[in-house]
Amino acid sequence: MSQSESQMERLDTADMVDVVDPEAVLGKSPTQLALGRFRRDKLSMVSFVVVAVYTIGALLAPLLVKIGFLKPELQHQNLLNVSLGSIPKTHFGGASWSHPLGVVPGTGVDVMSRLWYGITFSLTIALAASLVAIVIGTVLGIVSGFAGGIVDAVIGRLVDLTLSFPQTLMLLALSSAGVVACAKFLPGSASDPLANGFYEVLVLGLFGWPPITRLIRGQVLTIREREFVEAARLFGASKGRIYFKEILPNLWAPVLVSFTLTMPAYISAEAALSYLGVGIHPPTPTLGNVLTDSINYSVADFSYFFYPALLIAIVVVSFNLLGDGLRDALDPKADR
Amino acid sequence: MSHIDVAVPDPDQSAVLVQVPDGTGNAASQLDPNARPVLTVKDLQMYFPVHSGGIIRRTVGHVQAVDGVSFQVPAGGSVGLVGESGCGKSTTGRLITRLYKPTAGSINFEGTEIAEMSQRQLMPLRREIQMIFQDPATSLNPRHTVGAIVGAPLLIHNVLPKDKVLPRVQELLEIVGLNPEHYNRYPHEFSGGQRQRIGIARALTLQPKLLVADEPVSALDVSIQAQVINLLQDVQKEFGIGFLFIAHDLAIVRHFCPEVAVMYLGKIVEIADRETLYTRAHHPYTQALLSAVPDVKQAAIGGRRERIRLTGDVPSPINPPSGCRFRTRCWLAQDICAQVEPPLMQIGPRHKVACHFAGELGKHPTTPVTTSPAVAAAASDPGFASTWFEVTTGQPTGG
Ligand SMILES: Nc1ncnc2c1ncn2[C@@H]1O[C@H](COP(=O)(O)OP(=O)(O)OP(=O)(O)O)[C@@H](O)[C@H]1O
Ligand code: SF4
Ligand SMILES: [Mg+2]
Repeated sequence: MSQSESQMERLDTADMVDVVDPEAVLGKSPTQLALGRFRRDKLSMVSFVVVAVYTIGALLAPLLVKIGFLKPELQHQNLLNVSLGSIPKTHFGGASWSHPLGVVPGTGVDVMSRLWYGITFSLTIALAASLVAIVIGTVLGIVSGFAGGIVDAVIGRLVDLTLSFPQTLMLLALSSAGVVACAKFLPGSASDPLANGFYEVLVLGLFGWPPITRLIRGQVLTIREREFVEAARLFGASKGRIYFKEILPNLWAPVLVSFTLTMPAYISAEAALSYLGVGIHPPTPTLGNVLTDSINYSVADFSYFFYPALLIAIVVVSFNLLGDGLRDALDPKADR
Repeated sequence: MSHIDVAVPDPDQSAVLVQVPDGTGNAASQLDPNARPVLTVKDLQMYFPVHSGGIIRRTVGHVQAVDGVSFQVPAGGSVGLVGESGCGKSTTGRLITRLYKPTAGSINFEGTEIAEMSQRQLMPLRREIQMIFQDPATSLNPRHTVGAIVGAPLLIHNVLPKDKVLPRVQELLEIVGLNPEHYNRYPHEFSGGQRQRIGIARALTLQPKLLVADEPVSALDVSIQAQVINLLQDVQKEFGIGFLFIAHDLAIVRHFCPEVAVMYLGKIVEIADRETLYTRAHHPYTQALLSAVPDVKQAAIGGRRERIRLTGDVPSPINPPSGCRFRTRCWLAQDICAQVEPPLMQIGPRHKVACHFAGELGKHPTTPVTTSPAVAAAASDPGFASTWFEVTTGQPTGG
């Protein structure tokens, strides 16, 4: 019996100390913690600042065009050397105080104006296409993960089908018909930037959602299996409560990260499609169509080619770094 | 008939039971044979269908996660459920809490049959049966504050007016040894042990009568395990909650459960009061598990010093071995083990074992204890397993 007596004893815990938290994490919500981590990461902060500068620039540009500070369509033939194939007369693409980035060969339009205003159009297209892809992707991902069964299988096949589509080919082949069709629903003609931009956004967005659907579906499936969902079911929580209160709050982080990673993809897609003649055409500038135009002069006037290429590279890299930084900061595993 | 002698309870074994181990009044740790059961599980079975891949999903087999499990939890008492990973312990817990609907069998909670109930019918019972989860890292929603987590059951069941929820939450936090002022913090701000305390507070919110603790400490540091076990013991004593305590080794349940069931591949292979199980285990599997418990007196397991090492892996529950499921790893296995499934025999007042060669370590009989004509007949009768509750002795009637 002596043995059983020892079994009855309370376990000795006198010298056992439960781990105490570092005060750094106390009193902060998961979001605040993530922001703190993000701020401490230098690269993330730099990329954030760059993205912010582009965004503010994009917002200001239309205003600056209106007040005449930016003149994206005004030609300055007098600055071009007509005998040498209309390239700028002076070095560095004809850079001067009034045209710091030079002028466009052939037309003499201010390069800074075209690029600055071009950022507005490029970012707008990328943003709109991202929103289309994110909204479709997130909704289908959530539905697929929650519903399971037939619905899940159908959405899964739709994902496969969309991914296997030769989308670039289709975008090109249908572009003129597609733009005309878009123009029917929109004010203005088929040659307007609106119709072209709308077609581009639609196609990019409609082909861009599958990876997001897969990601979100996977997230839903993992979160659904977490024990806190079982705990909620144990109290008799309704399905609605479980979806909206337990699962959805855990989904915004992956959605945000996907967003910051689709943006750069669409900015470069816009540039690539411009080269293939799809999207907004000059005289309305986009980073892509300025770059496309400049490629003809990459030898004769290198600086004209250099600036758009640099601007695209910077924004794409920054967005990607921002997305990576956010993903690291929001990763729940980093919560200790 | 002499070969079934081992199955006859030896006289002092029953004495052990009546004798109260000590006078500390620790009711939770004592076995009261007359306690009213809060939970009676009978022939519980859970087969998970296994589907083929592809578009047309056919059922190609079943995971026999739980296959004919029966036991009782006395009101305010506690039963330990022990077995290796994958033997169906968690599934049993989730069946009792009705997170899963059993394939067959009965779950009787305080006289109500709940195995077949719909989720709607179960709603009132959701207050009575709760669960503590294994992993404190995933059992608390990272986006909810502790107050929201612990208070949720109160709001869902509408048992308190809204302004009384916070005081109750704080009271619960205090009971589990947390600072009541920390209700507005998030789970990540707590250590593993503290998170498990939050899980315990949540389980206590609705004052349940039965708590399923699914390996409540196995994810914690060894230094913190004892604290959480003590808390559970206090809670049980204070609120008179019945416990099903799931663990993967015999060391932990020993401090907690006066009665212990050992599970292997979906079946209970031995069930006994603590004293008997730790000193006179009859099943080779239990003996192997016991030899891994460092502080069990070596004399208690037949004076052997060395640890019994089980070779091989646990077979797949999709296609369990014929006859005795343990035979692929059993050092006593003989032909009969592959042919006849050993019934769970009553060999003592509170001692049941399922083995053809049941016996204390070093004293296993050489002839099957189950092959007397009567027992063999009973074994081949499918109803046998379901009537083991009524079987009071392994000795055939009239023997
Ligand atoms: N939902 C499910 N669908 C299919 N099979 C399952 C399901 N849940 C459990 N299983 C299977 O049933 C068996 C028993 O699982 P269970 O989780 O009950 O084991 P366990 O004893 O709790 O193990 P552990 O110690 O690892 O927690 C395992 O083989 C497992 O793969
Ligand atoms: S029945 Fe046979 S195989 Fe099973 S535990 Fe007993 S001796 Fe081992
Ligand atoms: Mg388990």
